[in-house]
Amino acid sequence: MYKIVKKLDLNPTVSLMEVEAPMAARRAKAGQFVIIIPDEKGERIPLTIADYNREQGTVTVIFQVVGTSTLKLQHLKAGDSVYAFVGPLGRPTHVEGLKNVAVIGGGVGNAIAYPVAKALHEAGARVTTIAGFRSNDLVILEKEFDAVSDNFVRMSDDGTWGTKGLVTDALRELIERGEKFDEVIAIGPIVMMKFVSLLTKEYGIKTVVSMNPIMIDGTGMCGGCRLTVGGESKFACVDGPEFDGHLVDFDEAMARSAMYREQERHSYEATCNLFKGVE
Amino acid sequence: MPNMNPKKNEMPSQAPDVRNKNFEEVALGYTPELAADEAARCLNCKNAPCITGCPVHVNIPGFIAKLREGDPEGAYVVLSGSNALPAVCGRVCPQESQCESKCVRGIKGEPVGIGRLERYTADYHLSHPGKPAEKPASNGHKVAVIGAGPAGLTCAGDLAKMGYQVTIFEALHIAGGVLVYGIPQFRLPKEIVAAEIENLKALGVEIVTNAVIGRSETVDELFEDGFEAVFLGTGAGLPMFMGIPGESLNGVCSANEFLTRVNLMKAYRDDTDTPIYHARRVAVVGGGNVAMDAARCAKRLGAEEVSIVYRRSEAEMPARREEIEHAKEEGIVMRVLQNPVEILGTEGRDRRVRAMRCVRMELGEPDASGRRRPVEIPGSEYELECDFVIMALGTRPNPLISSTTENLETKRGGVLVADENGKTTREGVFAGGDAVTGAATVILAMGAGKTSARAIDEYIRSKN
Repeated sequence: MYKIVKKLDLNPTVSLMEVEAPMAARRAKAGQFVIIIPDEKGERIPLTIADYNREQGTVTVIFQVVGTSTLKLQHLKAGDSVYAFVGPLGRPTHVEGLKNVAVIGGGVGNAIAYPVAKALHEAGARVTTIAGFRSNDLVILEKEFDAVSDNFVRMSDDGTWGTKGLVTDALRELIERGEKFDEVIAIGPIVMMKFVSLLTKEYGIKTVVSMNPIMIDGTGMCGGCRLTVGGESKFACVDGPEFDGHLVDFDEAMARSAMYREQERHSYEATCNLFKGVE
Repeated sequence: MPNMNPKKNEMPSQAPDVRNKNFEEVALGYTPELAADEAARCLNCKNAPCITGCPVHVNIPGFIAKLREGDPEGAYVVLSGSNALPAVCGRVCPQESQCESKCVRGIKGEPVGIGRLERYTADYHLSHPGKPAEKPASNGHKVAVIGAGPAGLTCAGDLAKMGYQVTIFEALHIAGGVLVYGIPQFRLPKEIVAAEIENLKALGVEIVTNAVIGRSETVDELFEDGFEAVFLGTGAGLPMFMGIPGESLNGVCSANEFLTRVNLMKAYRDDTDTPIYHARRVAVVGGGNVAMDAARCAKRLGAEEVSIVYRRSEAEMPARREEIEHAKEEGIVMRVLQNPVEILGTEGRDRRVRAMRCVRMELGEPDASGRRRPVEIPGSEYELECDFVIMALGTRPNPLISSTTENLETKRGGVLVADENGKTTREGVFAGGDAVTGAATVILAMGAGKTSARAIDEYIRSKN
């Protein structure tokens, strides 16, 4: 069992959880992920690392409630434990040698974009963060981003936070104004990463995206997380989770993420009712 | 007087039409009477050819003699002296090509049911728990074992008996490796695996789950942490796909994924959260034991039709005869001499499997494996309607450790280079099981674990 030392609801559906996991904390790096199993009957949930503390031996994840298992996680409190915590898994973000980078986060993807921005900042790169949320009440990590960004562009769908518009609007404007990024790192909904990649392709800017497909073991054993990248089949868990955005087949990834949608919806409704019953 | 009946005693089992709707164990095991009768068929041959057929050299006539004397616990003591997982081996070993193939009784009639007696003996012990095994005195030396599958568990058990302080690092959340994620409940109940693992813990073996060596920690760091030798029993867990169009459609998965969902995550039960797709028509591609396991699981999940699609004929199938027969009895359709060329999906964003295009095959000249090579029959393509495809094409070793450990060489197929004692190209690192041989059997992995345990003992002695 792995003890939860901190639990914070960042907005109605997004929560932060800091867990005691010394082995994972010892080697965790930005861009990698962990797998959490809430209880003995739970799923193996892959979640990208939001932060870590090697001295305290803790790893922080930020997750959005999207189904049964994340709902179960959200109901846990500091002092509770999770059944399993595995990691770090996947390859870390490549930050060395980068001078001028745009980090783009969409929605809860910002939770993963933040450690990447921080790692780049610490490695001495100039960091432009473009964060997008649906509206003001869903914003997370604003202060944290501010602290590690040389330029912090706020975007929202409804204009209640920063500028009204999409992250791609902001990116295009920066590029058109003459900003010379040596790399763009985009983390968020698949559709956002797809359109960021299409845009940067026009300008020939190298683009890295972080994929979060359905997976079970996270060690290369099941192949459930396979993606087509540059015409080749890749496993997100061991070859990724970061890939060249100009090579990823996003439409296929979107279709694959819907594999269990029907079952997930039923299970989610049943679990919601269960929690309603207890409270 | 020995029992001269030429036939083995049948093992009672669930009727095919009942068992293909539940996940309970298929074979029910001998009663004490059946076990006594079968034990009496053993001639107690002096040269014991059966032992030479066993990769871990179980004293077969020895344990059967104890059964004949009416001492099943005594039989267990003999059996467990050379086999760390007898309840497992009694169920999943291919006895017909090992011990039983050498049995003198097999010359005129059927061999002694050694596997069934092994299972009876081990089950007797598990259901009559006596004193737990005693922890041997420690010799103060630490060994790390990577992977809690058959190779790792055997190696750990043998080293612990010699007094080593053994820690097993397991990537998954439950120990057992292929015994828990691959082999289904109805062939090998997970409670049996758990009980065998408790026996190892009683010997002092420590098991750290959720530890992915190569990521959470590297082999080099294990040496820094004071382990004097490392055994890699990491198996062959990387699934292969065919590389045909349509393999990324929703509804195509590896047998590893399907079996892991069903067995490890227990998706067949209503009270677990891992989803599984309840398909109507399932095609399983492949002809090995894993293909049979996947097909039989799919049937139990309620599919109307489950077929095995295999490019050679039934005679060439690598699966055990018994598994093929069990699958057929349960209603699995064998579509042999056909090979998938494309998987076809539905239109629209969902992209689900709707059919598999197959081509019929005929057998030509023998190939390098000695089996006749399947050759496509031109113009014989047809569409097999299905909504789920499981690829059971075999597995390769996972490169996670070989790619993160210095001086650890691999060869073709990604398998680790190791000598007959399990010694790898890196000093102090030993390996055995599927990680070295490529996908093989539980018992061969156990044999390799045993050999490496001896080699590790010699290595550590030579250093001290």
